[in-house]
Amino acid sequence: MKRIRFFLPILVLFMAGAALAAEPASPTPKVDSGDTAWLLISSALVMLMTPGLALFYAGMVRSKNVLGTIMQSFMIIALISVQWVLFGYSLAFGPDWRGIIGDLSWFGLSGVGLAPNPDYAATVPHQAFMIYQAMFAIITPALLMGAIAERMKFKTFVVFTLLWSTLVYDPIAHWVWGTGGWIREMGGLDFAGGIVVHISSGISALAAALLLGKRKGFGTEPMAPHSLPMTVTGAAILWFGWFGFNAGSAITAGMLSTSAFVVTHIAGAGGALSWAFGEWIYKGKPTTLGAVSGAVAGLATITPASGFVTPMPALFIGLTAGFFCYLAVMGKNRFGYDDSLDVFGIHGIGGTWGALALGLFATKMVNEAGNDGFFLGNPNLLGVQALAVAVAWLYSFIVTLVLLKILDWTMGLRVSEQEENSGLDLSQHGESGYSY
Amino acid sequence: MKKITAIVKPFKLDEVKNALTKIGVQGMTVTEVKGFGRQKGHTEVYRGAEYKIDFLPKSKIELIVSDELVTQVIETIERAAKTGKIGDGKIFITPVEEVIRIRTGERGKDAI
Repeated sequence: MKRIRFFLPILVLFMAGAALAAEPASPTPKVDSGDTAWLLISSALVMLMTPGLALFYAGMVRSKNVLGTIMQSFMIIALISVQWVLFGYSLAFGPDWRGIIGDLSWFGLSGVGLAPNPDYAATVPHQAFMIYQAMFAIITPALLMGAIAERMKFKTFVVFTLLWSTLVYDPIAHWVWGTGGWIREMGGLDFAGGIVVHISSGISALAAALLLGKRKGFGTEPMAPHSLPMTVTGAAILWFGWFGFNAGSAITAGMLSTSAFVVTHIAGAGGALSWAFGEWIYKGKPTTLGAVSGAVAGLATITPASGFVTPMPALFIGLTAGFFCYLAVMGKNRFGYDDSLDVFGIHGIGGTWGALALGLFATKMVNEAGNDGFFLGNPNLLGVQALAVAVAWLYSFIVTLVLLKILDWTMGLRVSEQEENSGLDLSQHGESGYSY
Repeated sequence: MKKITAIVKPFKLDEVKNALTKIGVQGMTVTEVKGFGRQKGHTEVYRGAEYKIDFLPKSKIELIVSDELVTQVIETIERAAKTGKIGDGKIFITPVEEVIRIRTGERGKDAI
């Protein structure tokens, strides 16, 4: 009895202290396991899109360049992953400097821990957001390379990839998605990367195609795809991964991600139909290459709008995407430049139409954090989108042109004529894709 | 001894082979080749870029026969490979200087 009387006050004090400690002064953001699971899966889905893109592209080049084409995409995964964690993420999403670029305070992921960053994603670990964004930074330069397939020096390609990501991708990502980014501040919207990924890569691809010049024998020698089954496999992986690309951009798992998932799928289907049927009517036969190109066009076009529109506008966007991109690709044959794998025709045009279509069809009913578009009574959004698109076009084109020109003077861009004849696989990598 | 080279449509290859083995031909060599004569090629279209494909796939059969069999072999090939449409192919006959069986060293007709 004596013992209890001694310990009782201490016990009361202890319990009082515990009661006070249960209410922290400021609440720490709580990690939601559903959101985190979906974001990590989406990161893996988008990662797979780059090898998928490698197959999509590689099937369309001649067999002597199959490995060279795949190697570019694969090496980009390695190169940009390192660039991203060293300074790319900091430049794109780090503390803002004048609305133009992030600073380097997150160099080496310093300050990027596991607690959520409420500015970007309040319910998932900051590193989950960072690694998700890494996959976007990776696939964007890989897209660009399609325009200059079959003729670029590997050494120069490595340097170009690193510089382009740092000087073009990271700033544009900051403008559109970074806190304080000037396009974001202006009210410009881009749910999953119509401007940041498709316009930046597509317009830069045009600059690159013009600067590098046509492949030897373009227009006279046959340059048909060497393995369309490979291309279709790649396209299927891209469609699958696109669910991570678009629906994952909701950064949450629930109603918004579901909406983005659904409209993404519808737009892909619409694009495939309109391109294939367009070919059928215009050229006489629907082709496999046309069907998968149309699907990719639809998916690329819905990308910026995927978190802001409802299913029926998404269908319209997909159908028109297949149509517009088909025209752009046919138009290329008239202008005579060699955008070998139609990066401008599909991603440049698709991303542009998608970013503008957003301005037409966006509705706050799908995403409160978005805006209403033209057809919902708000013409201003379309104006903002048009400005963002125009600046992205100009910046991408000019910086890429200057960058490639400098690299041409210092390192040379194209392989020699003999190397181009024997193919990239042998000349750049000492390998043969096929042993028969 | 004569070497008979026959260029035939690929889907006729099996029929020709079966017909030849039936009349006693014991071996042949087959290669997949491309070529054209009077048969026109076709056009393939990839994203609007048209490619005229002049070369068509064919099968080339080569066999060595002794002089007495030549006429029969030619008739057999003609019958089996014919469809009546342009592109059926051609048969060439050339003289052979020597034939050697590697395993045994036999020469001449015994080596066929």
